[in-house]
Amino acid sequence: DYDLIIIGGGSGGLACSKEAAALGKKVMVLDYVVPTPLGTSWGLGGTCVNVGCIPKKLMHQAALLGQALQDSRKYGWQYEEQVKHNWEVMVEAIQNYIGSLNWGYRVSLREKSVTYLNSYGEFIEPHKIKATNRKGQVTYHTAETFVLATGERPRYMGIPGDKEYCITSDDLFSLPYCPGKTLVVGASYVALECAGFLAGLGLDVTVMVRSILLRGFDQEMAEKIGAHMETHGVKFIRKFVPVQASMPGRLKVTAKSTEGPEVFEEEYNTVLIAIGRDACTRNIGLDTIGVKINEKNGKVPVNDEEQTNVPYVYAIGDILDGKLELTPVAIQAGKLLARRLYGGSSTKCDYINVPTTVFTPLEYGSCGMAEERAIEEYGKQNLEVYHSLFWPLEWTVPGRDNNTCYAKIICNKHDNNRVVGFHVLGPNAGEVTQGFAAAIKCGLTKELLDETIGIHPTCAE
Amino acid sequence: GTNEYDLLVVGGGSGGLACAKEAAQFGKKVAVLDYVEPSPQGTKWGLGGTCVNVGCIPKKLMHQAALLGSALKDAQHYGWNITQPVNHTWSVMAQAVQNYVKSLNWGHRVQLQDKKVKYFNMKGSFSDTHTIRGLTKAGKETVVTAENIVIATGGRPKYPEHIAGALEYGITSDDLFWLKESPGKTYDKIKNDVSLECAGFLTGIGLDTTVMMRSIPLRGFDQQMASLVTEHMESYGTKFLKRCSPTKVEKLENNRLQVTWKNTDLGTEETDSFDTVMWAVGRAPDTETLNLKAVGVKTNSETGKIIVDASEATSIPHIYAVGDITEGRPELTPTAIAAGKLLARRLFGQSSELMDYENVPTTVFTPLEYGCVGLSEEAAVQCYGSDNIEVYHAYYKPLEFTVAERDATQCYIKMVCLREGEQRVLGLHFIGPNAGEVIQGFALGIKCGATYPQLMKTIGIHPTCAEEVTKLHITKRSGLDATVTGC
Repeated sequence: DYDLIIIGGGSGGLACSKEAAALGKKVMVLDYVVPTPLGTSWGLGGTCVNVGCIPKKLMHQAALLGQALQDSRKYGWQYEEQVKHNWEVMVEAIQNYIGSLNWGYRVSLREKSVTYLNSYGEFIEPHKIKATNRKGQVTYHTAETFVLATGERPRYMGIPGDKEYCITSDDLFSLPYCPGKTLVVGASYVALECAGFLAGLGLDVTVMVRSILLRGFDQEMAEKIGAHMETHGVKFIRKFVPVQASMPGRLKVTAKSTEGPEVFEEEYNTVLIAIGRDACTRNIGLDTIGVKINEKNGKVPVNDEEQTNVPYVYAIGDILDGKLELTPVAIQAGKLLARRLYGGSSTKCDYINVPTTVFTPLEYGSCGMAEERAIEEYGKQNLEVYHSLFWPLEWTVPGRDNNTCYAKIICNKHDNNRVVGFHVLGPNAGEVTQGFAAAIKCGLTKELLDETIGIHPTCAE
Repeated sequence: GTNEYDLLVVGGGSGGLACAKEAAQFGKKVAVLDYVEPSPQGTKWGLGGTCVNVGCIPKKLMHQAALLGSALKDAQHYGWNITQPVNHTWSVMAQAVQNYVKSLNWGHRVQLQDKKVKYFNMKGSFSDTHTIRGLTKAGKETVVTAENIVIATGGRPKYPEHIAGALEYGITSDDLFWLKESPGKTYDKIKNDVSLECAGFLTGIGLDTTVMMRSIPLRGFDQQMASLVTEHMESYGTKFLKRCSPTKVEKLENNRLQVTWKNTDLGTEETDSFDTVMWAVGRAPDTETLNLKAVGVKTNSETGKIIVDASEATSIPHIYAVGDITEGRPELTPTAIAAGKLLARRLFGQSSELMDYENVPTTVFTPLEYGCVGLSEEAAVQCYGSDNIEVYHAYYKPLEFTVAERDATQCYIKMVCLREGEQRVLGLHFIGPNAGEVIQGFALGIKCGATYPQLMKTIGIHPTCAEEVTKLHITKRSGLDATVTGC
């Protein structure tokens, strides 16, 4: 029936579908959100729009504004001392905005003549899927080519009480009541970003970490992020894992040390599990048509053209094995895939030196390699790391955090002092990092960096 | 006989101090003279020059105060309960800013001491090509000789002296940042970015501010961007009197100031009263008191600035100049610093590296900030012809504006590229929050010879404003709607 059927209406899926339609193809997108154990669901747009980047950044902004309120007094602004945050007002405003995005996507698909089904898609035979909507009604559709873009969902701990009493990021952004005293389990960027903004809104927040913070990220930077959060009131319980969540009255968490017999018990209003995300590949009939997945993590291995082992099935976005879980990567991959399939292009997605930013209270932007990774790749003696502690001008008047912001660049001495890693910890880290990522794409070296004049006064300079 | 010092720097601002400290690193005997002639209103300040005392630093801090005012409004949309009324007290801000500036003055003195650079708080003038006569406030004279002399005395705000009452009753940026009391209802006569920035933050902290312009704002900058900047300021609350020229300033009985002006469009004369009148009609170097004529250092007859070659040398051997005082150079702190450092390295460090003034990025810190690097669209058209350039652009909305219900009409990005070949980027222009932070990295990219395809290959960071630069794809030539839609 179709040239292209895309399973998953998130960042990657939608970008691919719109590009293919623009190239004149008959396209269908299926998107379906299986409700969370607590019953949370959402509209078209995928993780980023509904339960990821967008609400995360907006809540982060709410927390930053709380800090701005404190700073403002030092800059001469006066108002009543007692300032409180109203969770419901914030959630309503954010959900309204997300609703407008969901709507916008539906309109956009309609305008581009992409068929949209709010149904759960699964393969039943080669080139054919079964689509089941919320009411249980079933339809069947065939296509020449398929793209898997089903993304991921938060992983639970597999301990008693986790699904009954705990929430995940899937629930947090539309939680109809203030989470109150919260335990965040995990040390992923999701965990730290959420813990960060919850604390910024004035809540009592504890983070329980099994081992290290931000696995996979530069560990020097990760520790600095954690240290800053601790200085600003977030409690950390390190080397413990929860073993039970129960509700004898209030929500109680029991945790065990990873190093000994120590047991920890505490009551919380909310427990947010953020230990990782699992690919949505187990129940969509991939085994029926022979698409291989990585059994360990459920992710889909693809070649450098995003093709799976089954030639007419491609995959993009968070479900890809060994690729970055980022919206812009998924969008880029989706667009370029459509152009290669239907537009005669041969341009592949460039996964090298993709910049990213962690929106913790002290933001962390990076592009290229972590220092550990660079040492592994090039050898310590072949690298030069330039670094600097800086104090944003805007923080001087309120007298905040004067030895906290930090930047480092890692240069390869054997390649003209080429910049192989860029890391910055400070305000507006994303805005700062973006241009540096472009420069790194252009082959930035230390010399070129030195020759560039700074913009004064900024952090980026 | 031998000269006392290897290097004498006249002017302890961004350029002068950077040069002096760099020279000292090479083990040279260095001295710095710095002196602040009080403004007509009597304002003066310590070591560090314009940037530290009456420029970049206090300006950005007051801009931040204004931004925080907007943040207070935004915060309510994000759930923060702030009981009205919200007021701003000038003296709290001014004192905090002035205290910080003073800590920088102190820091500079300590740094000079640490680097064994001799500091004279004296006004310098030339006696001969190797001799400077320094005069203290009390009139005590000291003669200093040096093998090399660097002039880095910068500039001071100009007064429109032909306007009656301008000098007597008006202030300039020299005074604004040191006012102990609020300027109140302010009239800003402007010519350039300095005063748009001041008008911007004055409006932001709640003051009734009017800007009077004879012709175009931000002369020398991309004019499309300049109008977006002023358009935003207008919607933000700053009043603009365009194509008007003041004729006189008088003091009223209640101590307010009455300004009379000519409206060139309507041919009428109008008046209004203000608490403060601020002139920002340009800056000029104070070369008269330097006594340059005595040594023959050539200056530009129109601007009064010192003429230098690519190595910062003046017309007289062993006499150099850096910073705002030099003709044809950008009036920016970072360029002065870089030029000063490189000069010291060439004089004493066996370097031959010259300062590169191409593609210097800059940012105007108006309420909605404007950052840019490279050529304006007009300059690119002039240089290459409109058929040979491609202009990519986009109107975008910062995510943070959505919940805050803020108007993003003027949030705009424009990239000017060569149309043929590798499509090298000639200029990048960005209006939006944190414009300086956004542009800096792209300035690096341009230094690396960035091309349009390379920028498009760069993956964006989501969600940010800066990522919109990597997504630019609508050209002006196409005539298509350049509004960014969704993820």
